Amino acid sequence: MSEAPILEIEDLRVALPEGSDRPLALDGLSLTVNRGEILCLVGESGSGKSLAAGAVMRLLPEPSVRMTDGRIRLEGQDLATLSEREIRQLRGNRMAMIFQEPMTALNPQKTVGWQIDEVLRLHTSLGRKARAARTLEMLEQVHIPDPRSAMNAYPHQVSGGQRQRVMIAMALAMDPRLIIADEPTTALDVTTQLQILRLIRELQESHGSGVLFITHDFGVVAEIADRVAVLRRGELVEQGTADEILNRPQHPYTRALIAAVPDLTPPAPRSFDGAPTVLKAEGMRKTFRARGGIFGGRRKAVVAVDQVSFDLRRGETLGIVGESGSGKTTVARCITRLLDADGGRVTLDGRDILSASGGDLRAMRADIQMVFQDPMASLNPRKRVVDLIAQGPIVHGTPPRAAREQARELLRLVELSPAAADRYPHEFSGGQRQRIGIARALALEPKVIVADEPVSALDVSVQAQVLRLLADLRKRLELSLLFVTHDLRVAAQLCDRVAVMEKGRVVETGVTAELFANPQHAYTRKLLASVPGRDWTPPQIREDAA
Amino acid sequence: MAYLIYALRRALQAVPVILMIMVGAFLLLKLAPGDTVDALVGDMGGADAQFIARLRAEYGLDQPVWVQLWRYLAKMAQFDFGWSYVYEQPVATVLLDRLGTTLMLMCASLFFAFTIGILLGAIAARRAYSATDNVISTLGLIFYATPSFFLSLMMIVIFSVKLGWLPVGGIRTIAAFHTGWDHVLDVARHLVMPTAALSLIYLAFYLRLMRASVLEVAELDYVRTARAKGAGETRLMVHHIMRNALLPVVTLLGLQFSTLLGGSVVVETIFSLPGLGQLAYQSVIQRDMNTLMGIIFLSSVVVIVVNFLTDLLYARLDSRIELA
Repeated sequence: MSEAPILEIEDLRVALPEGSDRPLALDGLSLTVNRGEILCLVGESGSGKSLAAGAVMRLLPEPSVRMTDGRIRLEGQDLATLSEREIRQLRGNRMAMIFQEPMTALNPQKTVGWQIDEVLRLHTSLGRKARAARTLEMLEQVHIPDPRSAMNAYPHQVSGGQRQRVMIAMALAMDPRLIIADEPTTALDVTTQLQILRLIRELQESHGSGVLFITHDFGVVAEIADRVAVLRRGELVEQGTADEILNRPQHPYTRALIAAVPDLTPPAPRSFDGAPTVLKAEGMRKTFRARGGIFGGRRKAVVAVDQVSFDLRRGETLGIVGESGSGKTTVARCITRLLDADGGRVTLDGRDILSASGGDLRAMRADIQMVFQDPMASLNPRKRVVDLIAQGPIVHGTPPRAAREQARELLRLVELSPAAADRYPHEFSGGQRQRIGIARALALEPKVIVADEPVSALDVSVQAQVLRLLADLRKRLELSLLFVTHDLRVAAQLCDRVAVMEKGRVVETGVTAELFANPQHAYTRKLLASVPGRDWTPPQIREDAA
Repeated sequence: MAYLIYALRRALQAVPVILMIMVGAFLLLKLAPGDTVDALVGDMGGADAQFIARLRAEYGLDQPVWVQLWRYLAKMAQFDFGWSYVYEQPVATVLLDRLGTTLMLMCASLFFAFTIGILLGAIAARRAYSATDNVISTLGLIFYATPSFFLSLMMIVIFSVKLGWLPVGGIRTIAAFHTGWDHVLDVARHLVMPTAALSLIYLAFYLRLMRASVLEVAELDYVRTARAKGAGETRLMVHHIMRNALLPVVTLLGLQFSTLLGGSVVVETIFSLPGLGQLAYQSVIQRDMNTLMGIIFLSSVVVIVVNFLTDLLYARLDSRIELA
């Protein structure tokens, strides 16, 4: 074929502003996307993958970040030579982009129909009726239920998954040759994610466009990619077919990344026969009522936790898995008394924690500690690390000097250098901050740690390290762990037992290995079937070979 | 229908608010030393103790504060605001005479401040850190830092005394007896300087807020989406940025209406406009309790109504907000 590839990037260099961690965000990136092909650009945060997309669309935040060298050609046409007006005519027309956050990527003040219509208004001379017909057709193509009423809906009136469908409809309205998808499913639940991935695949096949798909998730790569390019700190380390990269990676970095992906097959179960029960929840309930004054209007109450019961034995890890809105975080917060449950009983070592108050509750808090999802938001930015960790013990009566001494000890335990003690949270990376969060939770020598999505905000290689640390600590300290997560891969590797939650109820509980091998409840089966790349088993790569 | 129910509920909610304001104001005024009789007697140049005691009894001022408060509230419930002993007229008449002038001044000032403010703010944001932005922002800072009384006096010196373009004060040229459009024009000429004096500081508020708001919205994801769709800068501004950037400014608009009322006291006094602000000032001096309470009542009603209107406007601007 003499036809030019849809997208050619040659030796692309993008400069960062002075004072950044490196001078070039992208250094000599070369890529090709062919007709009807999905190229996955994979990298961890800060690898420059989103800037590559920005450079192609010419949407870099200039002048601070700008392209300094290289060539980008769309079907043979050099994009750098085009005027601002000409590039505007290409955007949304021959090349379109799908963004990560469906919540914020749509204008909240305009209807869904208006926003799709805008693309047609910009790039066609169609009349109002013809545009409306085309908008409706696009909404049908992305399988939105009841497209006619969706046209008049505002973005906040449709769910996250539907919003991403709207984004896709918008991107495909002009039948673009190139679609750039920047982490389009990262913010979505697994079941929705699978639907969206299938939709992108389906539409790309029927439209014959090329797709540059940016992601950090190897599961998603396994699901959708034809070819894969791996990016590390702005440099392309490896490129090849999906099969080559996923199953026979060559470059040490790719191998390390793939080795860090948790396997969906759980390890053999550990035995907890005879271990005493540390935490027991029975019939826990929590309903969120909308607040209103005397004359206030009434809104519907939401049942967040409905008759939830489970028990946790010493040294055991119980995973609570479910999609967003299933109530798993509410369970974690009720158990730690950060929220007050409406009913039920939770006993910690035989003592009722839900009805405890005042001094009793304060004493009990030392036995149950929490690790939060966002380590940046959960550490006070104005306090030194040593004070953050020592604060708990000091409140509980340890002399400050001893508490600080112990804090330095804990930093060693979570594999941070003792020098970290005198620094502030913002000076650390995400993974290091999460280690500080764990040290803070450990400072009170709790019997139970409740971890709410502790690794969800982390890159896969860092995630693997933090998970290894948690596994190591629970063994050494005989910790019981209540582990809340949406990621079944993580649950498979870390949790001894798993409770699956749907709409506030626990639908199934069981030993992880058995539950994953033979799920009983329809919802569990659906969740497991939706894990991206579930048919791909990350190859066992021996570290010494790398 | 839904709007009607909403309006009705808001009206109900306003009742306890106004009641609390009135009780609070009444008690505060009673705490201040001196009363109407002191002021009247002072004006007369003194009187004997018996006469003063009789006056007090006549006005009901010899009763305990709680009784006075109860009597006042009972009358207020029938929309009877009493008699002004200074103006020798019912308070309602005195107030209504002056409400028009103040409302005109306030609405004109707010309208001017709001429209010009958001316009300049938007322009400054779109040309952020350029010379245009610097000029607009500096101008905003000057307006912001200039007290309205100083501005008023300077304007009088320049435009009335030196140039003779505009009248020094009052609401109309008394001897001219204008009618029809001539009258309107005459009133407008009298309002130019007071409006400017009152609005410039608010203009600066809106300018700065709008500039910050536009800069913030311009960085948001959906603006990037619109760019990726191929939308040009004008289109981005009109359809995607402006309406979203206006929301915080509208919130401020409602809040500031009440402070504007306070500002009008100074401006009306300087330009001797017969409005509520000037009336309030004189009533305090003369201890005209009934008139003062009437002004407080009227201002709280105006502020509540304006807040209601702002909420309606907000709901209209932001599709995410439902009135409930």
